[in-house]
Order: sequence, then C-alpha cells, then structure tokens
Amino acid sequence: MTPLLEVTGLRKAYGPTLAVDGVSFSLPPGGALGLVGESGSGKTTTARMLVGLERPDSGSISVLGRPLAPAVHGRAARLARAKAVQMVYQDPYLSLDARLTIGETLDGVLRLHGHHDRSARAARVREVLAQVGLGDREAAAHPRRLSGGQRQRAAIARALAVEPAVLVLDEAVSALDVSVQAQVLNLLTDVRREAGIGLVFVSHDLAVVRYVCDEALVLWQGRPVEHRPLPELLAGPEHPYTRLLLASVPHPGWDPGGIARRRRALSELVPGERPD
Amino acid sequence: MSTATVRVGVGRMVRRLGGHGWLFRVCLGVLVVFVAVALLAPWLAPQDPTVGDFADTMAGPSAQHWLGTDQGGHDTFSALLEGARTSLLGPLGVVAFSSVGGIAVGLFSGWRGGRVDAVISRVLDVLFAFPSLLLAILAVALFGKGLGAPVLAMAVAYLPYTARLVRGLTAQEKTRPYIAAYLVQGHAPAYVAVRGLLPNIAATVLAQSTVNFGYALLDLAALSFLGLGVQPPTPDWGAMINRAQSAVLAGQPLSAVVPVMAVVVAVLAFNVVGERLGERGTR
Amino acid sequence: MNASLLEVDGLTVELPGTARPVLDAVTLRVAAGEVVGLVGESGSGKSVTARAALGLLPPGARRAGRVLVGGEDVLGAGQGRLRALRAAEVSMVFQDPRAGINPVRRIGDFLTEPLRLTRRWNRRRAEERAVELLAAVGLPEPERQLRRYPHQLSGGMLQRVMIAGALAGEPRLLLCDEPTTALDVSTQAEILALLGRLQRERGLGLLLITHDVELAAATCDRVYVMYAGRIVERATAAELFGRPRHPYTIGLLGSTPPLTGPPARLRPVPGTPIGLDEAAPGCAFAVRCAFAQAGRCDQEVPALLPLVDGADGAGHAAACVRLAEIPSPAEEVRP
Repeated sequence: MTPLLEVTGLRKAYGPTLAVDGVSFSLPPGGALGLVGESGSGKTTTARMLVGLERPDSGSISVLGRPLAPAVHGRAARLARAKAVQMVYQDPYLSLDARLTIGETLDGVLRLHGHHDRSARAARVREVLAQVGLGDREAAAHPRRLSGGQRQRAAIARALAVEPAVLVLDEAVSALDVSVQAQVLNLLTDVRREAGIGLVFVSHDLAVVRYVCDEALVLWQGRPVEHRPLPELLAGPEHPYTRLLLASVPHPGWDPGGIARRRRALSELVPGERPD
Repeated sequence: MSTATVRVGVGRMVRRLGGHGWLFRVCLGVLVVFVAVALLAPWLAPQDPTVGDFADTMAGPSAQHWLGTDQGGHDTFSALLEGARTSLLGPLGVVAFSSVGGIAVGLFSGWRGGRVDAVISRVLDVLFAFPSLLLAILAVALFGKGLGAPVLAMAVAYLPYTARLVRGLTAQEKTRPYIAAYLVQGHAPAYVAVRGLLPNIAATVLAQSTVNFGYALLDLAALSFLGLGVQPPTPDWGAMINRAQSAVLAGQPLSAVVPVMAVVVAVLAFNVVGERLGERGTR
Repeated sequence: MNASLLEVDGLTVELPGTARPVLDAVTLRVAAGEVVGLVGESGSGKSVTARAALGLLPPGARRAGRVLVGGEDVLGAGQGRLRALRAAEVSMVFQDPRAGINPVRRIGDFLTEPLRLTRRWNRRRAEERAVELLAAVGLPEPERQLRRYPHQLSGGMLQRVMIAGALAGEPRLLLCDEPTTALDVSTQAEILALLGRLQRERGLGLLLITHDVELAAATCDRVYVMYAGRIVERATAAELFGRPRHPYTIGLLGSTPPLTGPPARLRPVPGTPIGLDEAAPGCAFAVRCAFAQAGRCDQEVPALLPLVDGADGAGHAAACVRLAEIPSPAEEVRP
C-alpha cells in the first residue's frame, strides 16, 4: 500500500545551526504520528517544511506517492500542495485573520479551491463548521468574539475545508485551557476516524501524543532519536532523551529530583549518536 | 463588494470613530467643516476674493467685509473660504502620491526581506536626508512656480516616512501565523501581501498619512508664503499670509491672523485625528 | 498546627464594568513548611489571589475581606510597611522570566540592586550574597553569571535567577505563579525539583499557582481548586485526586489524558470557562455541569462545606449543593 506521507532525509540548516537533520518517516492512510521534542528539537521546523513554509536543504516529501516540489510556481501547483498538507498552528489568537468572520475565512478558502457556486459554498461552510462543533453564531463572529477553544476549532475547520490528505498540528492544543484541550483532542480523534485524514501531531506532551497518535518520533537537537509505536515507547524508552521526557511528566509520587540525573546521562552523549 | 456591505462598513466605521473622547470628535468635526468649506467655497464666498477694491484696503471687519480686507482690498473672509481649496488640495496630492508609493515600496521591501530589503532601506535612508522643503524649492527652480512641481517633490520627500512605517509593520505582521495559514491554503504570495496583510496594517498607515497631511499643509503654506507656490490671484492661505505683511506693518494684522489660524487649526486637527487613529491601529 | 503564613479570609474583589466579581469570598491558608496548590483555568482568579497576597489589587477594584501575611493585613498596610513585608516576608516568582528582568542590565545588577537599595549594603557584600543565592538555585559558576546578560541565559537558567531574586530577602512565604508554564517539560521538572528542595531546606510556605492538575497532584501537599473567582474544592492532594467530589474537579481530571493505563476516551467538560462579563446568579459552573439541576444550581450559590467533621479550614471541602447525589469516580480511574 502506498503510504499517505513519506518523508526521507529532511535536512535544514540556518547558517551554522543545524535545525533538522536526517528526519525520515512514513504515515499510512489514516495514521497518526507524533513528532515529540522540546524547544530546539527541530519539530516545528519539520512541520513547516511539510507544509512548504520552509524549503528543506535536502530530503524529500511525498504525498500518496507524488513527491512535493521544494518550491511551487503557479496556481495549480499551489493548490495541489495545499490539498496535500494543511496545518493548524499553536496560537489560536494569532492564526486567524482578525478582520474576517469565521464564515468569511472559510468561504475564502473554498472559493480559492474552486467552489464557485455561492450557495453551495455557504452550505459547505456550514457542514465543515458543524464537523468541528461550531454553528451559525460562530460563523458570523469575528475571531475576537470567540474563546480560545472556539478559535482553534475554527482553525481546524479552515484546514479541513481544503480537504487535505495530511493535517499537521503544531502544538495545537498547548495554548488551551485543560477542559477545552480535551474537547479539541476528542475532536481530532473523531476527524481522524471519520475523514480518514493522516495526522502529524507536533507536541512536547507525551500524554497528549499518546492519546492522539499510534506512533511517535522523538527529536532531539534536530535529529530523530527514537521512532516506535507509542505503547512500546512508553513502556520501554531506549534513548536517554526519551527517558528524560517521560520522567518529566508529572504524576502522583513524582520525583522531579531524578531529572538532573537523567539530564547528566544525556549530556554524556555525543549529540545525534544512538546509544547501542 | 455589494452596496449593502459598503453601507455596513461605513456604519461600523462611524461607530468606531465615535468612541475616542471629545478632543478627537471636535477635531474630526473641524476637518469635516474644512473639507465641506473647500468643496462648497465658490457658493459660500460672499465676494470674489480675486477682485480687489482699491477704495477699501486694509479695512476692519464690517457688514460688507466680515473679516475686513487686505492691502489689495480683497475680502479676507472670501479668500479664506476659497483658499481652503488650494490649501487642502495640495496636501491631498502629496499624501495620495506618497502613501500609494510608500505602501508599494514598503510592502514589497518588508515582504521580500533579505538583500532586496536591505538595498531599498538604504535608498530610503538617502531620501530621508533631503528636507522636504528644500526638495520642493529645487523642483520649483527646475519646473517653475505653481502647485504641481512642489506637490510632486514633496510627495517624493514624504514617501520614505510611509515606506519605512509600512516596511516595519509588514516585516512584523508577516511572521504572524495567519499569514502562514493563507500561504499554506494555496494563496499566491502577492495576494496574501496585498489582500491579507495590508488591510491588517491599514489603520496605522492611515494614521501616518493623516499626520503627513498636516505637515504637507504646513510645508506648502510655507512655500506659498515664500512666493514659490500657488501664484496670485488664486487664493491660498500661505500666499495670503505673504501678502498681508504690509498690512501687519501698517497695524492691521487681521488679514494675516485669519489664514494663520486656519493653518494652525487644520494642522492641529489632522495631528490629533491621525494620532488617535494610530493608537487604535496598534491596539 | 503551624501558624499560617498566608491567610486569605473571605476576599472578594470587584472591578467596575464586570458582571461578576473577580474573586468571590476566597478563603485559603498556607502554613510554614507546606506546599499548597491553587489550580484553575483562565479567568478563575488564581493569579489575582496571589497578587492580593503581595498587597496588589487591580486598579479601581473594590474589595471586602482580609489578606494576612505573617498575621499582618496587607490590604490595609501603608506603602512603607508593604515594602518591608515584600522585602522580608513574602516573595513571588512569575510565569515568564524574560518579562520580569531588564534585558539591558546584568544578572548581577538584578540581584544586588534590591539589597543595596533596601538594606543599604555595599557592593561587595551584596555581590557575595548574590553569588550565594545563585549557588543555592544550582547555577554553575555563579561569579561568572553575575556579569552575564539575560539574553545569554536559557529560559530555565533565567527562571533560576528569578527564584534567586525572590529568595534574596529570606522570605518565609513564596508565591509561584505558573513558574514553569513558559518552560520546556524537562526544564519544568528541574525547576520544580529546585523549588521543592528550597522549600524543604528553608521551611518555606509555598503557594503554587497552576492550570495543570497533574502537576499540582505531583508536587503539592494540599490543593485548592478555583472556578470563576470561587474556591470550589479544597483537599489534600491525595484526597483530591483519589476522591474528587466537585463536578468541576472531576471534569478537570477527566480532561487530562493519562500516560498509563488503558486508553479511554476523555470526558471533557463541555463549554468554556465563563468570562468576567457573564453573571452567574447561582453556581458559576452550573451551565457546564452534567449534574446541574434547574431551579436549584442556577439560583443558589453553593457554600464551601466541609465533608469531614472536625475540619478547621484544612480538611476536604467542596462547594456544590448536589454533593450527596454525585458519585465520585472510582479510584482505579486515577492510577
């Protein structure tokens, strides 16, 4: 079976700083992969390369067997690229155009993607918003009138309106209140099941990644250090960095004092080298 | 855009403009009055200000001449009304040209970034070095007196201010995720810059243009005062002040005081309105 | 029982132009040597509560109730007394360390200036103390750090500096307002380990304000849960997370995905936290609550009632009129 998304040897450097190096993974149709790491791990740069906001120095990205060109020229290429991968951003307060209502934003996306009939567009806007649990009242509202959770739903609807093969979520729930975060997480698992969209879920939070994804790719200093199905990864983390991340999750009876020891174990590693 | 949405837009704008405190509202009212006067001047002016009555020079206020006459016997009140036309039209030209040019240059420079941006920024720095009035005088020397040459020269001199502002705002706004979202949706970069980004920084740019309007008015009045701008008999506030010099020396300052007041009030009103609009834009 | 370092007693804070009070009869206490969690979402009033302990209220606020720090009423205290309290009794660590430090001054200036100004120490003595403090918060080569600028330090190191600054006056009470929210997860763990060690070594009273229920469960002795300006539940950490009683607490715990145990669908609280412009005549949580009863929950303001007899302000208590009818989730739900 052709994988939905196939990424091989992604590499990106900013001057002397290597942001991402040697990231490869593949995503089966309807699969969900967590890109896990902290700041400086290269997870956001990887996400931005997937949607074409950054151009990789080397490596390739294919969606349904078709490689994505590193740079797009022309309308058809742009729209094809948009249909391949869409993205939801971390900050729901900055990721929507403040001047437009949610309905207008979605309408603009549909118009761009060849829905020319006005009433059909309106019906589709309603349908996509219903999919994320928003109604006519939210469609008529400007983003500033909505709560963080509603905005993030709107941002997900905007991405879904393009009907992408893959949806990249860059820390998409970390700015939300705990109770609202759970709503959005459930929404994402529903979208994945119902629409059959592949998810690339970028996060630092292993518990959230476990809830949404099947497997996780742990990034450290721009390099992949561990890529396994989540139950295995959580049960027996191999790389010291994965162990450090796992030990950092608070739980009853937690001993944060053990963290320093794990970090020392990590600092003894040459960056990027796998312990064997 | 349909007429309905335009009407809704205007209504919303009027409501927003209302919420700025009394000073803003007074100044906005002053500007509306000035523009109305400029538009209706030929019908409002009781006399033809280009025709002087040499039998009645440097007169004080009277029923026939509400604000008296100057040393040429021209009716000051009528000159004030008709002078509003040229005195506001000139700055309008300056602001229109400098804003359109400044937005184009600034948006392009800020959006492209990198080396293109660096080169454009240096060119703007060089332009900054020329005082606008000097540039205007140079233009007059080359192309002759009148309104056209100084307005064009001043538009060039004012362009860097708008361009630098737009460049900075664009570079900052461009990093916002909603811009990334537009691009990821498949919109062309030029479309995103003009239709997505520009409207979101428009309020601040409009504020700068309003402030520029006041300064351009001042500069053009100075030029007219020096006798390099609008030529008699066309009425103009700056030219009026120039012609009233002998009247001031003769102890009849009214024909000078009136246009000075007009310039001061107009510049002040434009500054206040522009600044408040800018505060709203950055909020 | 230890004397209270912080006693907030029926504190109500109202702002003009809002539909509901920012704080509504908040009562809580922190004793010496105890780590107390204050958990809530945005708009719950948890940060306002902490600032009130420093004598800071939002401008234009009307208040009722008392805030005692070391037995002294800070809301009635004069500026001079307040400064003295803040210098010696109570200190605060904020969420974003970069926002709390002047980026063009050195770390050394940040740490020594308050000592030189409030205690009239000379430069030498203040610097010696700053080195001591930096060593206490675990920064390597403290002498060298004094000469560095904030941008040369990582977020985690800078938060250590902020903690060192908070400890400069040897306070007995430390308020931490989301001290690790802006930091990476592994850095968060290190900062909490540090706060825990300092708290034990110095017998501090520590109030940890957080939106993260799991974090509070893992690090606190007792926890208060706030919603829309009111304390809705109070219990020891073990009690609260083993046998939560208020529907909101139950909802919060059901909203957090667990790291272990069988994968089960989350049961989130519907709706969003209510804003300051929304009035709630009865229980503020009623509109989101699965157990809400029309005619009762939307009209009656529930009091924070002790669940166990003999509690004197420290036992398990919850503010819900339907407590008796609400089943607490079985303990195996929280591994």
